[in-house]
Amino acid sequence: MATPSEYPKQVIYCGVCTLPPEYCEFGGTVKKCEEWLEENHSDMHEKLYSQEVIEKNLSTLSIDAQKRAEKDSQKKAAKAATAEAKAQEQRATSKILIKRIERNKRKYVTAVQGLEAFGLDIKKVAKDFGKKFATGSSVTKVPGGGEEITVQGDLSDDIYDYLTETYSDIPEDNVDCIEDKKKKVPS
Amino acid sequence: MFKKDMTPGSKSKVKSSAQRGIRAKVLESYPLLEPYIEEILPKKEQLDLVKLPDRVSLYTLGSTPLFFQHMDDPIMPHLTLVHKYPDAFNRLRIDRGAIRFVLSGATLMAPGLTSPGGRLPDDDEDEEGRYGEDELEAGSVVVIEAEGKDTACMVGVLRMGTEEMKKVKKGQACEAGHYLGDGLWGLNLG
Repeated sequence: MATPSEYPKQVIYCGVCTLPPEYCEFGGTVKKCEEWLEENHSDMHEKLYSQEVIEKNLSTLSIDAQKRAEKDSQKKAAKAATAEAKAQEQRATSKILIKRIERNKRKYVTAVQGLEAFGLDIKKVAKDFGKKFATGSSVTKVPGGGEEITVQGDLSDDIYDYLTETYSDIPEDNVDCIEDKKKKVPS
Repeated sequence: MFKKDMTPGSKSKVKSSAQRGIRAKVLESYPLLEPYIEEILPKKEQLDLVKLPDRVSLYTLGSTPLFFQHMDDPIMPHLTLVHKYPDAFNRLRIDRGAIRFVLSGATLMAPGLTSPGGRLPDDDEDEEGRYGEDELEAGSVVVIEAEGKDTACMVGVLRMGTEEMKKVKKGQACEAGHYLGDGLWGLNLG
């Protein structure tokens, strides 16, 4: 048993795949993990990715199992790569819509759609909107499926600025402001 | 249990009486944690209970996950906790070949533990006594380490006693509870 002073043990986690670096090789993003480790913890990189270690690792498996493992890891890597490409593409193409909806002549609500595609938690963003602009802000269901944030008041320009400023991974071109003139027919 | 990515449900504060209960239960199941319990579950701190899908509840302290529990099953440590206090749990070791299966969420099979790379309690090749000497019963919570790695890769419940495993060397050995890279691991508790 080790002495209590050694605890808690500090474990380094990979910045790319979040696993302890030892397990990066099973993650599918080995290349990136390796680069990250070299940059951030070069001593550990040396320990894990030196030629000897790799050879030793391979020698413990039978040739047949090696081949299978190889194939498996390749498949995994390919999968991870395509998933990432897909996510990126989606990010590039998806749009955020900021809609100004007339509610009652001079009164407006602002609806924001499409934030989920950028990996944002819309519930949290809605709360932030409410705090920032001091208005009511809620997540509402859209009839066609999905959810949007509804903010009370005409805030389309403010929200536009706020979004592009606070969330740096949203390109400005992907945010659209549109005006929805009529929603309900006055009774 | 956590193969898919998931989103945390509601977060609520744990009553201090319930918190005492959890503390007692943790100590009962993992007596070796005792010297560190004050660091893990400080008496004064407020624990949070996060509900997860499939009736799993996760106990967190701030944004660090500590333990999780499925209904009234045994309470199990989160892997980050295991990494911090590796000596406090019952441990087994698997061989290299099994790692990739475990990391993709498969049920652990006995050969992964009985082969030369694996370690069971009271193993002849285990010189330092890292893996204990007492045989473990089916249903006990174990931490699975891997050949050539320092950190643990899985926490699970034994399906089969270790003694039986040594004899039979076949079949399901340990149910995958929580493994590196699963939904619980990737959970964002912000």
